[in-house]
Amino acid sequence: MSLAFDDYGRPYIILRDQGQKKRMKGLEAYKSNILAAKAVANTLSSSLGPKGMDKMLVSPDGDVSVTNDGATIVEKMEIQHPTAKLLVELSQSQDAEIGDGTTGVVVLAGKLLEQALTLLDKGIHPLKISDGFDRACDVAIKHLETISEEIDIQANEHEALIQAACTALGSKVVSKRKRELGKIAVTAVLDVADLARRDVNLDLIKIQTKTGGSVEDTRLISGILIDKDMSHPQMPKEVKEAKICLLTCPFEPPKPKTKHNINISSAEDYKKLYLQEQQYFVDMVKLVKDSGANIALCQWGFDDEANHLLLQNELPAVRWVSGTDVELIAMATGARIIPRFQEITPEKLGKAGSVKEVQFGTSNERMLVIENCQCTKAVTILIRGGSQMIVDEAKRSIHDAICVIRNLIKDNRIVYGGGSAELACAIQVLQYADEVSSVEQYAIRSFADALEGIPNCLADNCGLNPITSVAQAKSRQLQENNPRIGIDCMELGTTDMKEQRIYETLSSKKQQIQLATQVVKMILKIDDVIAPDDY
Amino acid sequence: MDIVGNVLPQVLKDEATEDKGEMARLQSFVGAIAVADLVKTTLGPKGMDKILKPTGPGQEMTHITVTNDGATILKSMYVENPAAKILIEISKTQDEEVGDGTTTVAVLAGELLREGEKLIQKRIHPQHVIAGWRIARDVALKTLRDISSENDIESQEFHNDLIKIARTTLSSKLITSDRDYFADLCVKAVLRLKGSSNLDYIQIIKLPGGTIRDSYLDDGFILKKQITIGCKRRIENAKILVANTAMDYDKIKIYGTKVKVNSMDKVAEIEAAEKEKMKHKVDKILKFQPTVFVNRQLIYNYPEQLLADSGITVIEHADFEGMERVAAATGAEILSTFDAPERRDQVLGHCDLIEEIMIGEEKMIKFTGCKKNEACTIVLRGSSIHILDEVDRSIHDVLCVLITTVKNRRVVWGGGNSEMQMAAACEEEAKKVQGKQALAIEAYARALRQIPTIICDNGGYDSAELIQNFKVELQKGNLTSGLNMNDGTVGDMKELGIKECMRVKEQAVMAASEAAELIMRVDDIVKCAPRKRERA
Repeated sequence: MSLAFDDYGRPYIILRDQGQKKRMKGLEAYKSNILAAKAVANTLSSSLGPKGMDKMLVSPDGDVSVTNDGATIVEKMEIQHPTAKLLVELSQSQDAEIGDGTTGVVVLAGKLLEQALTLLDKGIHPLKISDGFDRACDVAIKHLETISEEIDIQANEHEALIQAACTALGSKVVSKRKRELGKIAVTAVLDVADLARRDVNLDLIKIQTKTGGSVEDTRLISGILIDKDMSHPQMPKEVKEAKICLLTCPFEPPKPKTKHNINISSAEDYKKLYLQEQQYFVDMVKLVKDSGANIALCQWGFDDEANHLLLQNELPAVRWVSGTDVELIAMATGARIIPRFQEITPEKLGKAGSVKEVQFGTSNERMLVIENCQCTKAVTILIRGGSQMIVDEAKRSIHDAICVIRNLIKDNRIVYGGGSAELACAIQVLQYADEVSSVEQYAIRSFADALEGIPNCLADNCGLNPITSVAQAKSRQLQENNPRIGIDCMELGTTDMKEQRIYETLSSKKQQIQLATQVVKMILKIDDVIAPDDY
Repeated sequence: MDIVGNVLPQVLKDEATEDKGEMARLQSFVGAIAVADLVKTTLGPKGMDKILKPTGPGQEMTHITVTNDGATILKSMYVENPAAKILIEISKTQDEEVGDGTTTVAVLAGELLREGEKLIQKRIHPQHVIAGWRIARDVALKTLRDISSENDIESQEFHNDLIKIARTTLSSKLITSDRDYFADLCVKAVLRLKGSSNLDYIQIIKLPGGTIRDSYLDDGFILKKQITIGCKRRIENAKILVANTAMDYDKIKIYGTKVKVNSMDKVAEIEAAEKEKMKHKVDKILKFQPTVFVNRQLIYNYPEQLLADSGITVIEHADFEGMERVAAATGAEILSTFDAPERRDQVLGHCDLIEEIMIGEEKMIKFTGCKKNEACTIVLRGSSIHILDEVDRSIHDVLCVLITTVKNRRVVWGGGNSEMQMAAACEEEAKKVQGKQALAIEAYARALRQIPTIICDNGGYDSAELIQNFKVELQKGNLTSGLNMNDGTVGDMKELGIKECMRVKEQAVMAASEAAELIMRVDDIVKCAPRKRERA
């Protein structure tokens, strides 16, 4: 780090521990930032598209996960470079907002930065670049809206939704079963969707995984599946017409939060206490039983004695139900969560058609299924697969598909995939560039080039010649004025994405372009990095 | 540095590594194939065993394991390579799901990747390989279902099938010389369950001493506990009370309670009260009029004596498993409170005879003629604990396979027959497929055919010749032919009576394909910096 000296040759100390800090300024800082971010985007770029590859990630504890999901990859890479971390957040915010397209957004940001680097080399000021990108982004978004189409999600047994889900699943390891899984996801979302309000509460879809079997065995359970069994081995395994009592207090003598002491100083007291203790259990079970409940689910543990009393009173019970499950069950069955035994009343009970225990494989693992719930239709997707890595990846994939369907229910406008939307935008942005008379023109043109990078990357991953296929698609788009021409990734013989039925949601595409542009702008504004030396 | 000469900034943490493209692929292939090769030699009736030696200090660490079971071997290995971990994972899942075929699944996945590597070297894109494998897998599974046969569960044929399957499964294990004996034993045990899949009812007791031949199936239920001193050693027509309650002293469960006294008299009073409380509990128990009292927890001398005085046989320390099994077998309810003696008939378990028996040197309690006759016990004898452990694992495998067969009922011929038929079907399919996928389908067929090849090699036979002859036999239409590993020829599986459970094969093919596909799709491996651990 360069130092300033006074007249006597002593350095001015401006930053604390100045000597131990590393500082990068100006062009050096820009380039270093851009290269770091590009390195991340490069890693992800081979995961893009239906023929994208997966990444194997080894966690600090040696656990392996294999995934194609952009957000998961960047999260598990444990990136430490500050600028590269911005891309991680970019991918995660796309995940949080839209749920899908997490790879695409990072790749697009990478392409934009690549363009920015050449512009910087040309000597264009970073702020000019970022302004140009901003204007180009607006044009692209507007154009996206004009080329978007509304689809009828109800038509033909929700065919459009299934197709959109298939597009989302197409790039994953489960792609072979995309149609089946897509259907499962669509059914699940429609079951819980509030179509009048165009809203979907994703909390009502529970995704439970269980290794064993194969991905084909994945199925939809119209109810809630919880990974628990009855508290006493001899309780009945099935309760029909269940009236569920949902407790968040343990079947144990009360434990006041305040510190207290009960001092026993005589035998009478001792006996009295014993009787009272016994009475606690009897009362608790009686209160539950009297309310008319025929099954009790409890977030906490049971005392042995209480457990037996429950059995004796023919009241099946489940202990240690997780907090999220309790809430889900409450929503689905209309049960009120009861924090104290005294507050149990019949109207607070939830109702469900049946509660039963099911068993898997040879290893005696059981789960409880709550079906035909009274209020909303909560559903569970039970994912099976040959190994933990596969079920985990399938879970992420189905989550993506569910998000896509939800977005379509919220906003039924779509654009076509296969890079066609990006190409169409690129063409539009290029036209606009010529109208701009200032330096930004170059940046706008570069933005178009970056957009073209997406179909380029897609074609590359599919083993096609990227330059020829993108050029062909582009010229056909212009000649036929058809914004649906993209890259034929699956080699189906047509480049019209409408025929291939590759649907992507407009909201996802819009979000991708906006987020990527924002992050790039942010990176371009950094001209000074001060960090500890060992960084 | 990239091509232009820019120095790439470090993006990942210090000790983290990232391998891309060919390097990543090479790494995962090498790892997966190495694991497959490691367990390969245990495959088949002439497979060899492995010694597993734990690392680390301490007495218990010197205990070695000798085994032939793929899942056990793989579970005990610590591997670094992520692809190898995936193979271990599928083997574990196979163990949980069907209980057997744990070696097969790892070997098959390894062979698939070996073939896959060759295709990649020919510059075929992994996605094309996967596409081909997917077609092949479907064909293979369809063939497997087509060639399997099903018998009615009650019929004698099904019973014979079960015995044959048990024999086949056992033939690769240590106890292969006594396989008829054990096959019969396991089938009997499983048939007692009457279609239920709860393995808990079959208890396995291992006792060193005697020879393997001395093992037997006991139709009663044996509890590896002792009857308390001073009680009757033989009870006929027993009424059993199974309890899970504290019989040492009842601790006060109300939070924050403290006993504070200010004189010795008071101590005595409290003690008396405590005693009285216990006496009260015992009285309540007595109201149920049991003849046998089984408790999960420890019983102190005082209540024990009270119970024994009333002529009740007391069994303490029955722990969770024992207690649940006794309860399940005798139809008893597990009690923790004793306030409802009027429910006596419902809660008491029943069995015709309880007696203390000696097996080898150990005393045990045997319950015969239980209310629910599903429970039974397999008593294993053998000259050393290593042998017993291995026999235990083998029996567990057999029981799992049998239970799966009872559930699924479909069986296929063994001796490599199903693999060869699947391979043939894949090759047939490859002729119809256009494009490079066909190469992958052929590769899949080759990988499937590797399983019988390895079995041959392990037996020391000329695999190239045998497999070719085998192929010809199948081509001729002898669909029941298979490898006769006793004399190294191609024989008729029908005559030899070698059958296998279809579900095990199905699961193995599915899991292996999924795992191979998973590894194949990877083009980038990111290893995070290992977590720093503070050394204690």
